[in-house]
Amino acid sequence: MRDGDAEIKLDARRVNFWYSDFQALHDASLAVQARKITALIGPSGCGKTTFLRIFNRMHDLVPGTRAGGEVLLDGHNVLSADTDVINLRRQVGMLFQRANPFPKSIYDNVAYGPHILGWSKQQINQIVEESLKDTGLWDEVKDRLRRSALNLSGGQQQRLCLARALAVRPEVILMDEPASALDPIATLRIEELMQDLKKRYTIVIVTHNMQQASRVSDFTAFMLMNQQRAGEVIEFGPTDDIFNRPRDGRTEDYITGRFG
Amino acid sequence: MSHPLIRSMVDRLVAGLIVLCVSVAAVPVLVLLLFVLINGLPGMLTPGFFTDPPYPQGVPGGGVLNAIIGTFEIVGIGSLLAVPVGALIGIFLSEYGRNQIGNTVRFISDVFTGLPSIAFGIFGYTVVVLTTHHFSALSASVALAVLMLPVILRATETALVLVPNSLREAGLALGAPRWRVTLEIVVPAALGGIVTGALLAMARAAGETAPLLFTAFGNDIIQTNPLQPMGALSLTIFRNALVPYPNLQQQAWAAALLLVALVAATNILARIYVRRIQR
Repeated sequence: MRDGDAEIKLDARRVNFWYSDFQALHDASLAVQARKITALIGPSGCGKTTFLRIFNRMHDLVPGTRAGGEVLLDGHNVLSADTDVINLRRQVGMLFQRANPFPKSIYDNVAYGPHILGWSKQQINQIVEESLKDTGLWDEVKDRLRRSALNLSGGQQQRLCLARALAVRPEVILMDEPASALDPIATLRIEELMQDLKKRYTIVIVTHNMQQASRVSDFTAFMLMNQQRAGEVIEFGPTDDIFNRPRDGRTEDYITGRFG
Repeated sequence: MSHPLIRSMVDRLVAGLIVLCVSVAAVPVLVLLLFVLINGLPGMLTPGFFTDPPYPQGVPGGGVLNAIIGTFEIVGIGSLLAVPVGALIGIFLSEYGRNQIGNTVRFISDVFTGLPSIAFGIFGYTVVVLTTHHFSALSASVALAVLMLPVILRATETALVLVPNSLREAGLALGAPRWRVTLEIVVPAALGGIVTGALLAMARAAGETAPLLFTAFGNDIIQTNPLQPMGALSLTIFRNALVPYPNLQQQAWAAALLLVALVAATNILARIYVRRIQR
């Protein structure tokens, strides 16, 4: 995809963010292309997760936060007051750092989203099966759908959370270090899934793991804390360029491991 | 100071002191239980104890069936009033009450927990007995409900606060509105703690005497109509303890043993339930 015919799915423009009086993000911009994987990398505390959580308005859950700037999803600013946040969160799904399945059955976990949307029993059955197949879990769990999700392994639980997010048919999936709590094999499975999913979904992933970012993503944004401890996007471009021909000295320092 | 031999001696000394303190605390309780057991068992084993109402004073025999039914019914109706209301307030406090309103409710609830139980009896008397011109089980249920409310409320809030926030985030990130996340995800996850809180509140209420003295008032015949005065195990104990008839005194002891057994059974039930949930 060359820049000319790139479809921008999620467009963050000069986003500023405050936790009460503390500014956590300064003029952060990001143009996320549709059906590509965009990675956010940078050292701890540079605002990657804060930035990510603005995209589905999860920051609303924390009292005292303020977001300035625009985040356009298909042209509509999700930060505006008249945004239907409930619908936004259906369109923009999230996978968290630690798997957080509900203490319910495997079936009920995946079915919860469609259940909220009011789909029929038949539709729900179908979407549960599809979502579990999309995350490679179907064969592993099809005989024990009614058993508790908490009995699954860590990697399986995370894939279950992914299936749960897919079941509401989002357009964008935000992933906050989804494999950081998983072993290498489970991590690899998640990465394979991502390659498969990007044919249909736009993915934004925050990751500490640079090798993962270079393996998996099409585009990478490098973030750093500035002097006032607010996060900024230092450089953004195709992953290949960022990792092999970084334009900013700080990017190069981080990538080559001189800090981070 | 840090010589290994001295350290291990101090260790053993402190351990010994702790065992001593536990014994001092446990011994009176165990003695009391033994006393109730020894004095109550003969009465319990008397035929008719569980199946007959009390016979008139001076007539041998009889039992406490009226009191058993009474305790269950009074506490039952009180729970029907207190558990839903207490649970809802607890849910409010946990999910929507991290503010001044919530703090006020919590404070009032904590004050209530310290009120002498006879105050709830006066409340039940004033609100129900005086207006209906009748002693009744219902007035006792109302009094006990108000007594149970703060306990259930706090237990529910605690159970909900213990549910990890990651579950709420997961639900909200799926596009579920807050009230659905609360009712369909958070509350079911906390159900173990909520049920335990309710059970323990009920066990406490079953043992109360003062609130029942001038509300339920007591009744020697078997009564199931909540609008009539009704007997209860705690009232039987209170009244029979001072009566000069040995068979009635024996019934009082046996009633005490029964109450202790019921409270213990409820506590054990609650623990088993929690353990099964946590599996």
